[in-house]
Amino acid sequence: MKTFNISHRTHNGLEVLELQGELDAHTASRLEETLKELIRSNKGRIIVNFSELEYIASAGLGVFMAYIEDVRSTGGDIKLTNMNDKVYNVFDLLGFPTLYDIFPDESEAVEKFFDDNP
Amino acid sequence: MKAFSYHKIIKASTEHLSEVREFVSMHAGLHGFNDKEIADIRLAVDEACTNIIKHAYKYDPSKEIGIVITVDDEKFMIVITDQGEPFDKKKYQKPSLKKQIAQKKRGGMGVHLMRKLMDEVRYSKTDNLNTLCMCKNRIES
Repeated sequence: MKTFNISHRTHNGLEVLELQGELDAHTASRLEETLKELIRSNKGRIIVNFSELEYIASAGLGVFMAYIEDVRSTGGDIKLTNMNDKVYNVFDLLGFPTLYDIFPDESEAVEKFFDDNP
Repeated sequence: MKAFSYHKIIKASTEHLSEVREFVSMHAGLHGFNDKEIADIRLAVDEACTNIIKHAYKYDPSKEIGIVITVDDEKFMIVITDQGEPFDKKKYQKPSLKKQIAQKKRGGMGVHLMRKLMDEVRYSKTDNLNTLCMCKNRIES
């Protein structure tokens, strides 16, 4: 079985989740738990860095669909960064780029958070 | 035209999804499909099996999913079978991401993805067996 890992760090008051491995219907619950925990702790300014994520299925995208409204309603956001082409393609096929901030690099997401809400 | 065939049966549990992905990716790679085509096939098969586990079998891990790959000069064909609740094509609606997000809903994206990723997606149902057939054409054919 392929692995999936999440590491969490804080950067200038922003929560950064780094995803690694394969995110599918089996591993999506772990991402969901992590996001729920951040929302419960009122940590709604979230960046998800996909640089080490090799694969994503729609169950993984579903987690971002289910929680984005909760996060935005408290003034936060989930911004997505550093996707490889194959992972980006799945987000693109499902129309995410019009509704989510997706950046090539994490630093651009950091900048956007501080531009929008310094 | 020479055709090659490969079979696999898995238990209907999400823990076996990565095994299915490896199975189809390996055969698509060995038969000369490119990285993009392999990625499309891998995701479409994952989505199909996930839907069966979730909707047809409602997470009953004692049930089985059959996968048969047939490859020839023109295409890569995957036939996936299950004996669970059949997929109701009439009830299926293309999902709207905006609406789903507003309603905090997830899911409903698998069928849409399968249709975008593959050249052909067909469902059929006999007495007790649901069959999903998906094809990816070779670009050069």
